[in-house]
Amino acid sequence: MQEKKHSQGSNQSLKKGTSSSTVLTKVTHARPKNSDSANKDGIRPTQSRQNKQPGSRYHSQSRLFMSGMVYLLPALVLLGVFLFYPMAKTLYFSFFEVSGGGQVQEFVGLKHYRELLHSTEFIKSMKATLLFVLYTVPAEIIISLFLATIASEKLKGIGFFRTIFSSTLGVSVAAGATIFLFLFHPSLGVLNVILETIGINPIEWLTNSKWALFSVAMTTVWMHIGINFIILLAGIQNIDQELYESAQIDGAGYWARLFKITIPLLSPVLFFVTIIAVIGAFQTFGQIDILTGGGPAGATNIIVYSIYQNAFSYGNFGFASAQAIVLFVLILIVTVVQFYFGEKKVHYQ
Amino acid sequence: MMRKLLFYFLLSVSALLLFFPILYALSASFMEPHEIYAGKLLPSSISFDAYKEVFESIPLMHYLMVSFWMSFIVMVGQLIVSSLSAFAFVFIPFKGRDLIFYLFLATMLIPWEATIIPNFLTILNLGWVNTYQGLTVPFFALPFGIFLLRQHFLTIPKELWESAQMDGCSRFRFYWKFALPLSKSSLSALGIYGFLTTWNMYLWPLLVTDSDKVRPVQIGLKMLIANESSSSWNMVMAAVISILLPTLLLLFIGLKWIREGLTAGAIKG
Repeated sequence: MQEKKHSQGSNQSLKKGTSSSTVLTKVTHARPKNSDSANKDGIRPTQSRQNKQPGSRYHSQSRLFMSGMVYLLPALVLLGVFLFYPMAKTLYFSFFEVSGGGQVQEFVGLKHYRELLHSTEFIKSMKATLLFVLYTVPAEIIISLFLATIASEKLKGIGFFRTIFSSTLGVSVAAGATIFLFLFHPSLGVLNVILETIGINPIEWLTNSKWALFSVAMTTVWMHIGINFIILLAGIQNIDQELYESAQIDGAGYWARLFKITIPLLSPVLFFVTIIAVIGAFQTFGQIDILTGGGPAGATNIIVYSIYQNAFSYGNFGFASAQAIVLFVLILIVTVVQFYFGEKKVHYQ
Repeated sequence: MMRKLLFYFLLSVSALLLFFPILYALSASFMEPHEIYAGKLLPSSISFDAYKEVFESIPLMHYLMVSFWMSFIVMVGQLIVSSLSAFAFVFIPFKGRDLIFYLFLATMLIPWEATIIPNFLTILNLGWVNTYQGLTVPFFALPFGIFLLRQHFLTIPKELWESAQMDGCSRFRFYWKFALPLSKSSLSALGIYGFLTTWNMYLWPLLVTDSDKVRPVQIGLKMLIANESSSSWNMVMAAVISILLPTLLLLFIGLKWIREGLTAGAIKG
């Protein structure tokens, strides 16, 4: 898109006769586009031979198309087979009764969707999913922003702290969840050992339906801090240092600089991180499989786990496909809403 | 001075809290079972018995090798497929290019988890259950990787392509000899990212493997937890540390590239 803008821009600026230097730079940018049309006009000797043949213009266009396709073919085929086709097939399945082996049995129309709306299990699962988003997203962003702020100070040995703060990016969901499974252990887990030494009753982290979702959320927040920290730190470092210098000359203190410069200028990055975090929360699976298996009593049965169970434990492919479509629509809505509202509030540099 | 001390204090406390789960797992992996029962924080002496035991009782080394090959294959596949597509988007101005670009952009809206049912059936029908193909091929096309590399290719001066053309350089040669070598930093970032995320993958291998033949280590860990009684937490933690070590090392070594490469999209885009 960018180079297209450049080439259009160059033509316009040439016509308008703007200052020669900008025209020059824009022209150099625009060259490749021109060079491709230059091929047709026969500026180069190799191309001029082609030009003598009738219909060469069409010929070179279709040749370009062919070579473009050759380079894009692997990605197109793979995305077609493993993303677009299965997405369409999921929609198709959601209107049918499908056996565990994938055999389509009969058309049932909107039956699965109607069942979804009336299923207490599904409503509970949706509530748990939304609650899970609320538990994880704000906590992730606030903690990562705090860490990115203190790690953006220019201090000796700061690299060490940045590495530690990034480390959970290298922790797999299975390994991370297993560590927390141990930390949450009712009698051996260090969390309850600490609680007991300070005289608080131990908590049934994973077996009490009031705590289980919170415990899974805690694990998730910990695992997601690494990537959010990396992106937010880069965002802070990308802010023009001169702004801070002139603010300091004006006598602005640390907090004023943080809330008047850093956070407003960071808002596009915060916005990006929020989208990633919400979508990540909707896609949670591994920690639930290892920590709770969706229990107790469905308290942590959030959407992807529920899809997995309905499809692969109960062989209910049609019903699970309808759930998958709900997941798709949910993420679509979140993305659209966030872009719509984010676009207005976000400060772009 | 006070300010500096305050920041070092905040940094140290945060680092300790954040790293505590990993440190504790490391500590527990060196403990004897009775120390685990006593709820100790540190082992009385460093013992590697738990590591020996876990590597002998389950094929952990085999699982680690499977994960390594799986991650390596996906990484190479993603680098090839993404760079070819990104190259077409930047250096081949064919008709309909924008349309395909928007099509690729739209894939970001499809949560991969919503497609697992038909994808599982595809792998089943291809006879790819319990194979490396089944584990890896679906992940070769990574739209995020295509955008990242496209962003980098856009910074290559077009004059270079022009003069290469005049010297009779073919398109593929230019891709191989100029575009790729000039994008080493982005390719490294993408490679490390691809390796890490594949190593850490959980749901897909759970679906398409049901024997030890190509069982990645993450699923091996789940089996270990499911089969072992609670008395062997030191073994479980030894397995966890063995799984974490390769990716943490890779992350620490490659952090510079990841930060440069992965954040470019979020900050500049």
